[in-house]
Amino acid sequence: MNPVLREVTLTLPIAPDMEVAASKTATALAEFMRMSPEKIDEVRLAVVEACINAFEHSHARDQKVRITFAVIGEHEPEKLEIRVVDQGVGFRPERVEQPRIAEKLKAARKRGWGLKIIEGLMDEVEIDSTLDGTTVVMRKLR
Amino acid sequence: MTEILKLSVDRREGLAVIYTEGYINNQGGEEIARAAYDLIGSGYRKLLLNLAGTKIVNSIGISILIEIIEKMLEIEGRLAFCNLTPTIEKTFHIMGLAQYAGIYTDEPTAVDGLAI
Repeated sequence: MNPVLREVTLTLPIAPDMEVAASKTATALAEFMRMSPEKIDEVRLAVVEACINAFEHSHARDQKVRITFAVIGEHEPEKLEIRVVDQGVGFRPERVEQPRIAEKLKAARKRGWGLKIIEGLMDEVEIDSTLDGTTVVMRKLR
Repeated sequence: MTEILKLSVDRREGLAVIYTEGYINNQGGEEIARAAYDLIGSGYRKLLLNLAGTKIVNSIGISILIEIIEKMLEIEGRLAFCNLTPTIEKTFHIMGLAQYAGIYTDEPTAVDGLAI
């Protein structure tokens, strides 16, 4: 396991637009790593989506979401790892329905794209969810 | 820390262009939808969303854009997007929006595309 070169932790209240604060921290660290502008944008949006998912679905008892950003590398930054943790009710990732645009166009509920977007934008995504909360770990290589 | 989306609309002959500036979240998406439905109510069947001033669109905002696409399909109209950041364009492709709405690099190309 490569060492953590820099780490930042945010604790956000579940409140409108708080995901923007997380996206700004992600941007600052990705810029520190000298990621390309496209990759920085991808990380930003993935962080926004992970926060929105936690805000809307976690039902966290403490009404908070903790986000740890870790710059990982042997000598130079190699990847950015983002850990989004809530103490909510959890969910079964395997039961999350894959959204399909043709179906969503006809459906009353158009939502449910967050995980698909995160998986499409990040290099690695892991979800660990129990009745005591959910941890989403996302990684982006520099 | 509320990010307000700014909108402006250019009503042209047979085509209206909606310009956005800022974060497209749920409020931003609703603003766009209001403008789009107003234009549809005025008889417009071709809408172009120029997102040059938008760097981030979240999935809630996009789901409202899907509602607009649904409406355009119902009325046999056309919706197109232009000036997307690479990440917004990638996201639209991940979601499959490109199958139902034109995506163009810039406004003149989009206007030409919608004229066909």
